[in-house]
Amino acid sequence: MNELPGDLLYTSDHEWLRREGDGSVTIGITEHAATALGDLVYVELPEIGQEVESGGEMAVVESVKAASDVYAPVAGSVTAVNEELADDPERINAEPYGDGWIVRMEVGNLDESALMSPDAYQRLLDELDD
Amino acid sequence: MGSKTPHYDRHVEAGARIVDFGGWDMPLHYGSQKEEHHAVRRTAGMFDVSHMTIVDLGGERVRDFLRYLLANDVARLGEPGKALYTCMLQEDGGVVDDLIVYCIADDKYRLVVNAATREKDLAWIRRQAEAFGVHVAERAELAMLAVQGPKARELAAPVIHAEYRDAALALKPFYGLDAGDYFVARTGYTGEDGWEILMPAADAHAVWDRLIAAGVVPCGLGARDTLRLEAGMNLYGSDMDETVSPLESGLAWTVAWEPADRDFIGRAALETQRENTDRRRFVGLVLEDKGVLRNHMKVIVEGVGEGEITSGGFSPTLERSLALARVPAGDYDRAQVEVRRHLLDVRIVRPPFVRHGEACIDV
Repeated sequence: MNELPGDLLYTSDHEWLRREGDGSVTIGITEHAATALGDLVYVELPEIGQEVESGGEMAVVESVKAASDVYAPVAGSVTAVNEELADDPERINAEPYGDGWIVRMEVGNLDESALMSPDAYQRLLDELDD
Repeated sequence: MGSKTPHYDRHVEAGARIVDFGGWDMPLHYGSQKEEHHAVRRTAGMFDVSHMTIVDLGGERVRDFLRYLLANDVARLGEPGKALYTCMLQEDGGVVDDLIVYCIADDKYRLVVNAATREKDLAWIRRQAEAFGVHVAERAELAMLAVQGPKARELAAPVIHAEYRDAALALKPFYGLDAGDYFVARTGYTGEDGWEILMPAADAHAVWDRLIAAGVVPCGLGARDTLRLEAGMNLYGSDMDETVSPLESGLAWTVAWEPADRDFIGRAALETQRENTDRRRFVGLVLEDKGVLRNHMKVIVEGVGEGEITSGGFSPTLERSLALARVPAGDYDRAQVEVRRHLLDVRIVRPPFVRHGEACIDV
């Protein structure tokens, strides 16, 4: 597994979050999650403008094998979705932290207390490997 | 930790993701389930199926016994070497298991039954066999590889002992051959040409290595499932079990009604059910929208009733979602499936969806 990007925050549900500096965040799933799911074949995206609660269902990613909910790591309002995933869901497998992003949200004051640093998330992954 | 097949070390070395399957530690995939699927449709892939249960039956009355035990009729086999797909039923018509039976000689037959149902099947077979004086021997010491795909036989031929190679290559579909201490059959679970090869466990690593060197792609249970779904082949435990009969599982073609005086377990129940016009249909579904159909999703037929998906998934060959489903009686060719909060349109088709690399339905 490759090294985790250092500029992202992570969740124990294996999602990542990038602060865009304009009050919005970009959200995706981690390489660990994408690898565990296997080849992705379908992504169900939220509507733009949709209000999402922290911990609420935000998207669904489906691999050949299984469907998995993507939960919002923070509350916010959806401002953009990655439309490219409709035709090419495997972008998430290929570039989970880049072209495989899923949702952009307006979050106002970001509560980072429930989020993990790259180091903390790496420790979680190490524990899962044991 | 579960049981391990003789090929287990090779799976780990090949980077397999190992999962529990009916008490066995089996490879789910070796990196990409989709690529493994495509390898079988386009060239050749191999599956470790050593976890499956091989049962040899012997005795003077073994043919009579199997004509009583199985819903299909081994009398159809005619000559040694031929194989038959069949269900083994309870008295009430419920399916104990599905299996392939090979006629090896007039007084010797071989069954290959599912791994997850091993104990139940062996107990059932032994109980019924007693009255016929048939000897039942499990062959747990054998390893088994399914090599499948348009190039499978050509690439796998070198692993067959030289003196049997030509005969193995000459096997017609659904025939098998004793090849020294190996057994080769032109059968499979993918909708492609290929062989299932039984071998002594001591040869498992060497055969695996030779097939890898020949370019055969190792494939896991994930690809096995998408391939068999595309081929419209039932999976025991998902598409049928003890609670349903073959007539409601798309397996009426495996029930041999003739000769009418052949008494097999479950016959009376099936004959009653055959007259029932409310019998549920077992159909293929093709999703018209994007999304993925999954097991147990509800199928809604407007004005008729509701059914259930028994096997659903994504078809890498057709790049859309397919399913097998048990649905209410009636004449209709469209339905809807409840996928999370949405109702999605599906077309009802007759499986298979894919055979020999080609679509069998309009997409």
